[in-house]
Amino acid sequence: MKSEGLEIYTPEGVPFSLPLAGAGTRLVALVVDLLAILALGGLVFSALKAFEAAAPDAIGGIVTLVYFVLSTAYGIVLEIWWNGQTLGKRLLGLRVMDCHARPATATQIVVRNLLRPVDSIPVFYLAGAIACWLTRHRQRLGDLAAGTVVVRTQESLRADWSQLTRAKFNSLREHPALAARLRQRTAPELAALALDAVLRREELSPDARLAVFAALAARLRTLVEFPAHAVESLSDEQYVHRAVEVLYSTSRVT
Amino acid sequence: MILDLDRFVRDGEPLWQALDQQLTHLEKHPYSTIGVPDLERLHALYQRASSDLLRVRTLHSEARLRTYLENLVSRAYTAIHGVTEQRRFSPLSWLLQHFPRAVRRHSGALALSMALFWGGAALGAILLVLLFEDRATLFPFAGLEAKPSERVKRETIERSKMVSAQTGRFSAHLIQNNTRVAIFTFALGMTYGVGPTVLLFSNGVYLGAVAMDYIKDGQTIFLLGWLLPHGVIELPAIILAGQAAFLLTGALLPRGRRSPLAQRLREISPDALAIMGGVAVMLLWAGIVEAFFSQYHEPVIPYAVKIAFGVGQLAALVAFLKLAGSHEK
Repeated sequence: MKSEGLEIYTPEGVPFSLPLAGAGTRLVALVVDLLAILALGGLVFSALKAFEAAAPDAIGGIVTLVYFVLSTAYGIVLEIWWNGQTLGKRLLGLRVMDCHARPATATQIVVRNLLRPVDSIPVFYLAGAIACWLTRHRQRLGDLAAGTVVVRTQESLRADWSQLTRAKFNSLREHPALAARLRQRTAPELAALALDAVLRREELSPDARLAVFAALAARLRTLVEFPAHAVESLSDEQYVHRAVEVLYSTSRVT
Repeated sequence: MILDLDRFVRDGEPLWQALDQQLTHLEKHPYSTIGVPDLERLHALYQRASSDLLRVRTLHSEARLRTYLENLVSRAYTAIHGVTEQRRFSPLSWLLQHFPRAVRRHSGALALSMALFWGGAALGAILLVLLFEDRATLFPFAGLEAKPSERVKRETIERSKMVSAQTGRFSAHLIQNNTRVAIFTFALGMTYGVGPTVLLFSNGVYLGAVAMDYIKDGQTIFLLGWLLPHGVIELPAIILAGQAAFLLTGALLPRGRRSPLAQRLREISPDALAIMGGVAVMLLWAGIVEAFFSQYHEPVIPYAVKIAFGVGQLAALVAFLKLAGSHEK
């Protein structure tokens, strides 16, 4: 079965997963690389054009060879030099790695690049795309032979924790016994869901945002009934926000 | 159980950032070395991040924090467990020792590749004799349909003039075209041997048919003078590319071995690459010889010289592949 990520267990027993790149993203990266090769070839051609009149045959030969070397060596050199990335992969946030989540070795990089012709048959990487679609780790034939995968590099994401402490006053904390009961009765999954909703609320469309917070508030309200004066002026979203603060923070209101 | 997220982040963040910084440095300079204190610090930070990741996973906490920590741990794992090839690569020893050794080590794949090519050539020659009236059907392109003696006349008079004006471009074209064919042959090894078999055999058939056509028309000396100088390098190069392709095929087929596919492929990769490296150099040489030497016929260069040059190269190539690098284990 095809997996979304490359699952690894470290020797310390810690599992982690690297997200695998899909065929579409890789195709876009490939197009970028082809454009880069064309641009580099054009650059060389322009640089040599000045000498063409003096030695047209030699310049013609050099341009042919340079273009061939560029198209063959581009992927090999850049992936070795940039630790598994070409220009296209860098722009698209992709990286070639060993199947065990280690950096791909030079041998692996050369093998996967030399096998591009078999991936490109019959036209424009059709065999490679089919192999990506069929294999568990979305590998083209060159990747299978080299023992490599293409993963999405993850930017250093970090949640904006300040969002949780934005509200200075929390009417729910005025009732410590009820707040403790809320903490006790809330399942971890519901707490995580509510926290996720608060942190990602800006990513939701207005309608979805209203619906999500209405559902969460309704669920949380069934667990503990706070006095009416503590919750009467709160919208569903504000209620969930305050509930999350109660659930995830042990600091007391002074 | 509910995690005190604020405290967890407050305590962990400085350490995670320190790990992030160290990893960023290592990623920017993958071939740099780090001292023991830095290594110990990296390992300690990695263990801390791993432990935090385990806690976050167990506690079903926020997905983005888990992603952040997974990212840190995976990068640290890569940095610590990944082996950077620090061995100095010597192209000369690779070409002069590793390449001939790799060719000898896989003599079975070489024999198969040779048998297919020369078997095809024999069949092509036989078919030419049997189907002489319809010989055009055996040739890969239309230019070969004319009688060899007419082509020889045209080659010796007209082609030398044309070639002398475009030798550089012609040579470059030959080098890149032949290298592409060799790489393609190698890559087709991933088709479980079907691709290289078809390619080697069909090219053998064409060569055999064309060669027999020249021989039947009494143009053997011209043929030898024309083909030998570059052919004795170019044809073995294509056969060696076939050998590398069959190495790939051999690794794909388990043949009773218990080792997994990835390991089998990993084992043959260095030898397959050494052979392909040698093939590239051979085709570079063959392209130069074909453009600057083979295309000039008598009276510019006597056929005897061209044939002797070809035979000498073949002897040198055979000796090189048989003997070079054999003194080392």
